[in-house]
Amino acid sequence: MSMINYASREINCKIVYYGPGLGGKTTNLEHVYSKVAPDQRGKMVSLATETERTLFFDFLPVDLGTIRGFKTRFHLYTVPGQVYYNASRKLILKGVDGVVFVADSQIERMEANVESMQNLYDNLAEYGYDLTKTPFVVQYNKRDLPNAAPIPDLQEQLNPGWEVAEGNKQRPIPDTQHEGEMLVQQVNGAWIERAPYFESVAMTGEGVFETLRHVAKLVLKSLS
Amino acid sequence: MTGAGTWSLDESDYRRITEHLNTLLKESNARCGLLVDRTGQLLASVGDSLTFDPTAFASLTAADFSANDQLAKMIGEAEFASLFHQGEKESMYLADIARKVILVVLFDDRTTVGLVRLRVKQTVGDLTKLFEAMFNRAPKPDSPDRRASLLEGAEDEIDKLFGD
Repeated sequence: MSMINYASREINCKIVYYGPGLGGKTTNLEHVYSKVAPDQRGKMVSLATETERTLFFDFLPVDLGTIRGFKTRFHLYTVPGQVYYNASRKLILKGVDGVVFVADSQIERMEANVESMQNLYDNLAEYGYDLTKTPFVVQYNKRDLPNAAPIPDLQEQLNPGWEVAEGNKQRPIPDTQHEGEMLVQQVNGAWIERAPYFESVAMTGEGVFETLRHVAKLVLKSLS
Repeated sequence: MTGAGTWSLDESDYRRITEHLNTLLKESNARCGLLVDRTGQLLASVGDSLTFDPTAFASLTAADFSANDQLAKMIGEAEFASLFHQGEKESMYLADIARKVILVVLFDDRTTVGLVRLRVKQTVGDLTKLFEAMFNRAPKPDSPDRRASLLEGAEDEIDKLFGD
């Protein structure tokens, strides 16, 4: 639930990093925290277990700049990835404006990725939100690992696309991030849209800001 | 539905909210009053200047309330409309407003939880009316929705912000 506060001239939006356990959601936020100037970010709050596994959420507020005199502030949250924390995971999705799905590229984690993506759809649906109509990007993390699955395989499993029903949206849209690829295209007669995707190595920060910038931009455009 | 409903707070809403909060502080002798929405965003704060990060505080408040909501459901209650956290010197009292907003009152040993609870009840009633009117407020037919006009055509500015 984005909020425009005319009194303090702020636009506040909520972005949630979702995905399977140990996939790199917290590492994404830690990288953002370490690279953003202290006057542009707030305190990072982590509710984690003693072994640094996220128990409830991590939280980081970031100021991205000013649009029409309004300070745009993004509240970044992660959810606990482990399956049995679903009750608290669902709570974090309340009022979400944009979602980043952080997938673990390792072949062994494919099933965990698919399960988490399904869980995201289900939890959003329980709030009455539709992921296909929510600003949403997919991040394939841990691209540096030797056992990382090829991108086409990950796309097929996690981001196969959804059918575009609205006539005015049935037109080809190229993927500006990946030359020669399409975000919206006709496949076997049906119009299909995929979420934008990014490759990352969150440990070194590669791809972290590209992902955040893109989802933040989608959120702001969804407000206009 | 594409996400949770969005809403906006204008200067006159803000003024009325802070008036109610100031009255509460005066009558209860509490230190500060904060309003936080259920998604964890700080809407207003009055009273003593805050010595902690208000943004982090707001997100934890919303999480606290959400977790307690689920606990309430588990024991067969629809909700816990108020929560009380007692400290040695500083305590806090939290109360739900219209299922969308949380009122947080910080107080110390200059008052009692009984007095705070009593005064909060009145403020919750006043703020509930105010917020319900705000949430139900439809844009006037002859004036375009302020939100729409704020970001409409702002695509270039958004692109510029991200350096594209």
